[in-house]
Amino acid sequence: MLRQIEGSQAVATAVQLCRPEVISAYPISPQTHIVEALSDRVRTGELAGCEYLMVESEFGALSACIGSSGAGARSYTATSSQGLLFMAEALFNASGLGLPIVMTVANRAIGAPINIWNDHSDSMSMRDSGWIQLFARSNQEAVELHIQAFRLAETLSVPVMVCMDGFVLTHAFEAVDLPSQEQVDAFLPPFVPQQSLDPRDPVTIGAMVGPEAFAEVKYLMHAKQVAALDEIPRISEDFAATFGRDSGGLVRPYRLDDAETVVVALGSVLGTVEEVVDAMREEGVRFGALAISCFRPWPLEEVREALSGAKRVVVVEKAFAVGAGGIVGQNTRLALSGLPTEVYNVVAGLGGRPITQASLHGLFADVVEARLDPRRLHFLDLDVALVERELARAGQGRRSGPHAENMLRDLGVVASGSV
Amino acid sequence: MEKPFAITLDIGSSRANKTGSWRTERAVYVNRMPPCNDGCPAGENVQAWLYEGEEGGAGYERAWRQIMVDNPFPAVMGRVCYHPCETACNRAQLDDAVGINSVERFLGDEALRQGWTVSVDMTATGRHVLVVGAGPSGLSAAYHLARRGHTVTIKEAGPMAGGMMRFGIPRYRLSRDVLDAEIQRILDLGVTLELDSKVTDLAALAEQYDAVFLAVGAQLGKRAYIPAGSAAHVLDAVSMLRGLEEGEQPLLGRRVAVYGGGNTAMDAARTAKRLGASEAIVVYRRNKDRMPAHESEFMEAEDEGVLFKWLTTIKQVDQGKLVVEKMELDETGFPQPTGELEELDADSLVLALGQDTDLSLLEGVDGLVVEDGVVQVGPDLMTGHPGIFAGGDMVPFERSVTVAVGHGKRAARSIDAWLSGAAPEPVARPALATYDTLNTWYYSDAPRTHRPVLEKARRESTFDEVVQGLDEGTALFEARRCMSCGNCFSCDNCYGVCPDNAVIKLGQPGEKYLIDLDYCKGCGLCVSECPSGAIQMVPEEI
Amino acid sequence: MAFQEIKLYQVGTSVVGNRLLDPEHRTAQARMGRSNTLTSGHRACQGCGEALGARYVLDAAMRATGGNMVAVNSTGCLEVFSTPYPESSWQLPWLHSLFGNGPAVAAGVAAALKAKGREDIRVVGQAGDGGTVDIGFGCLSGMFERNDDVLFVCYDNQGYMNTGVQRSSATPPAARTANTKAIGPEAGNVFGQGKNVPRIAMAHEIPYVATATVADLHDLEAKVEKAMTFRGARYLHVLVPCPLGWGANSADTIRVARLAKESGIFPVFEGERGEVTAVSKIRRQVPVEDYLRLQKRYAHLFANGAAGRPDIVARLQEEADRNIARYGLLGGEL
Repeated sequence: MLRQIEGSQAVATAVQLCRPEVISAYPISPQTHIVEALSDRVRTGELAGCEYLMVESEFGALSACIGSSGAGARSYTATSSQGLLFMAEALFNASGLGLPIVMTVANRAIGAPINIWNDHSDSMSMRDSGWIQLFARSNQEAVELHIQAFRLAETLSVPVMVCMDGFVLTHAFEAVDLPSQEQVDAFLPPFVPQQSLDPRDPVTIGAMVGPEAFAEVKYLMHAKQVAALDEIPRISEDFAATFGRDSGGLVRPYRLDDAETVVVALGSVLGTVEEVVDAMREEGVRFGALAISCFRPWPLEEVREALSGAKRVVVVEKAFAVGAGGIVGQNTRLALSGLPTEVYNVVAGLGGRPITQASLHGLFADVVEARLDPRRLHFLDLDVALVERELARAGQGRRSGPHAENMLRDLGVVASGSV
Repeated sequence: MEKPFAITLDIGSSRANKTGSWRTERAVYVNRMPPCNDGCPAGENVQAWLYEGEEGGAGYERAWRQIMVDNPFPAVMGRVCYHPCETACNRAQLDDAVGINSVERFLGDEALRQGWTVSVDMTATGRHVLVVGAGPSGLSAAYHLARRGHTVTIKEAGPMAGGMMRFGIPRYRLSRDVLDAEIQRILDLGVTLELDSKVTDLAALAEQYDAVFLAVGAQLGKRAYIPAGSAAHVLDAVSMLRGLEEGEQPLLGRRVAVYGGGNTAMDAARTAKRLGASEAIVVYRRNKDRMPAHESEFMEAEDEGVLFKWLTTIKQVDQGKLVVEKMELDETGFPQPTGELEELDADSLVLALGQDTDLSLLEGVDGLVVEDGVVQVGPDLMTGHPGIFAGGDMVPFERSVTVAVGHGKRAARSIDAWLSGAAPEPVARPALATYDTLNTWYYSDAPRTHRPVLEKARRESTFDEVVQGLDEGTALFEARRCMSCGNCFSCDNCYGVCPDNAVIKLGQPGEKYLIDLDYCKGCGLCVSECPSGAIQMVPEEI
Repeated sequence: MAFQEIKLYQVGTSVVGNRLLDPEHRTAQARMGRSNTLTSGHRACQGCGEALGARYVLDAAMRATGGNMVAVNSTGCLEVFSTPYPESSWQLPWLHSLFGNGPAVAAGVAAALKAKGREDIRVVGQAGDGGTVDIGFGCLSGMFERNDDVLFVCYDNQGYMNTGVQRSSATPPAARTANTKAIGPEAGNVFGQGKNVPRIAMAHEIPYVATATVADLHDLEAKVEKAMTFRGARYLHVLVPCPLGWGANSADTIRVARLAKESGIFPVFEGERGEVTAVSKIRRQVPVEDYLRLQKRYAHLFANGAAGRPDIVARLQEEADRNIARYGLLGGEL
């Protein structure tokens, strides 16, 4: 049923349709509308058989899910930004224990400085927490990824994070085709936990493991994630068969045939990217795009295959590893290792800064015309004058050295590329 | 459930980890000697019978049978024993000693009420043992010998059995019904009792028996030389008490003086009151603290109006009066005359100065040694003549009914061993369960109960028993005050307090607990928290 | 014959069992077939009060629930010594997640059971003092405030023993730990309020709060059983001496706990909905010094040769006296 609906409400409905048994959440923008809606539905009874825990923190929220999932209940939470970081310890614990919790991350920047707007710093900071990370391009896909996430999590006994851009998606009203309960029930069987706290079959969950077996435990976690690379496409196909919609999977190509330059990105920015790709194509430049739907596990083979025909790849990402460089970019380079493809890594949209078609268009033109050094990290729409001033001021106080000087030069190049 | 590797484990799987290897000391269950048992002249296992009695109901009979293993006179003991067990009782250091004696009386009386009996459970040996004297020692020996399958004949010079239990202890302390019943129970085992059969020529008689136990007691009252006028009325306490038992009414007059400070003096004075004396006064040459009479007897006598004249000797007896001299104690506590004389009105004087044994029957028996008027015996109570044993008041030990009963048991064991040609089994004496080995925290605060006492008016005029028995509830209460010193009483503390579940509870009666050495880490908590000190740590051999 | 009610003058109600008692009235620990929820082979130190306390509490809870129970355990000694791969000492469904989240995990388990209509299965959360009064405190307070159907048990050994005996906010004043050593002008832990979590729990007005020690099993079991008669958040704070951290003999674990109560330094009481409803009276009062002297963590107060610190001992006695006055620990029926 197609409805004009806020993204958060749509996701809340999707979660409701998945019949969660325990929801535990702590408010943080921009996740709030999702959990508020779910709270309403538990109260009204629309979401029956579900306990909603209003916990004292995100740490408590995920911890309660660890408990409820450990007790065999389908468990859900949602958070953003600082909240995700406050959960950090519990994230690793949930994955280590193999608990199939599903969590929405309404992606938001991480402070300081405190900032409530969208980027991917939060999810990216937890990329190695052992959770599967799925990124939604649209609210329609967000709805569908949640339904797939529960099935994926419970099939593999692994927690899954569905990442959707805060505000950009969560607060956006758009037409979403919401599935029926019957469809979801047909696709998502009741939760049968791999292990649970059961007095009829007691086990000890959460042992201490020493050097003699720790590496094996971790290897098995890795193997489970690798297995997800097979499972995710399978679930996507099943989903298409049930719902008649194509969504999920590992990567989503857009106009890749004969593309010389491919833009790699995650989340809602793909909509803008695709429009610019269309524009570039109209200008006769052979552009394409590749959406990373699943960032963890990293679909290395699929990315390599999708990008193997390109001369250049431009990775546009909403987070970066401070002092090191791009994150998706590094993963992409790894996927293309041994190929002659040039990879350009661009950081964009931090802290909610809009990624405009104009900026992307300028960026892509710079790439095509070789005005960008592929060995450097680039920042879209950076106020170069401002940072130069600041760096110069800081440089007066102490010797800044050649590395900082080089960085300034790079910044100058990117800024000049803007139209 | 398909469990994930390593992070999820099977329950209870740590039992594969034998933590016993950590141990440098191990806990071991022990049985220490409870002070009550240690102090009992009759060798009763007091702690054991209290343990049974604590259960109440069916436990009473088991308790009584446990007493009967060592002592055939529970009801008598519960009245006349001066209970050294209570003097030794560790509980006295906590609140008050356990009223062991009163529980014993309750059990003895309960046995008589219920008609419980014992039997001879061994096949007849065909051996015939002569017991001379039907006092506590002789009857005790006869009982134990009979239960061991021997044929026993008791020859008693007097007209009734019981010895000093009958002729020395007034009936207000020991009801004759009780005494008769307990004696009859012994005779019912098949013991032959010949009354009025004074043995005069033991040497000849002994030839007819396989062994002899001499227990003629000491019933000759000691006389002291006191100048007396022709009309003076002087008699000895033993004769007086004996005569009374045989139906005589001694003529004592209104004012009676009793000379001496022992239990017999108390008995004589209290008896005089009951016979109608308006005044009974005990004259003793030392003071109260040095008086040999038992505290309870003194208290009861004083309570009944018996007067005491301390530090006084009698110089002369005349009609209606005594001349007495005041004494004082020297540095060694010995009384010395002061030369200060006074007169004391008294219609009669009863001498209670101790007793001697009539040893005339022993003449002509080879090897018997008599010293200081008593027969010398070895630790097995055998005299210098093989096969002739002796015990009770006629051998050199403290004289009491309980000691005599204990001699009877000891002699029976020795005679049994001697008859079979074996050495007597050595009796193991484990280490004493001293107060510091207990953890008294676990014992509830429970001061002892006291036995009801006959009201004074009846006491002064009748020979009814002064001290009454406990009712069932209070006897049970008293029994349960026992701390079971040095012996496990199944409180489950060790089983409970072990942090390693290394104490196995067997749960069967008599089988209590085992230390599971696979897991015992040797922490010692079970030892610390054992109320009765029945566990100890011993170094592990490493 | 009419059998009178057994009055246990001999051993009262303080021993673990009593052959004369109706089995129904003996402690869970006296049972042949007790749960042994924490079984042999665990790696706790000799004489560990926490191992003992945990078995006492969980066995009693198992009895109260007919075995329909699950446990959640925070990180700490109890977790480490009971579950090193490949061996578990637990004999009930048991889940360990993290150090600071035990109460929240337990709340989640309770929520799951409620959602599944299995509220017949009861939830016990447990942690040491660190996991309760410090790092787990936020989650604990949340659990209280929401009135989640969990009995949370703190085994208080007054410090971070698992990490090598450091101070927690449950460490008492003057006690020596690895980071409050007996050095400097104010040797040992500082004097202060500490963090009295039983009272803080009562301030949440949850249905039931109690303190107990491993020295009084009957009291401890009665409290566990009582706790299990309530629904909602319940808190039990059990003093469990640590031979290693306190420097006490392994055989003295229970004795030390007993003296903590008998000196008044550790008040034993229970409360419902924010009000103290009962206290365990002191039976044989002892000066705090008797308690302190058994423990090397206070040895600096009684230094050999030197004068020691009678002033500090006096301050600790004042604390005990304050407890005695505040809770009315003396006099009346025991």
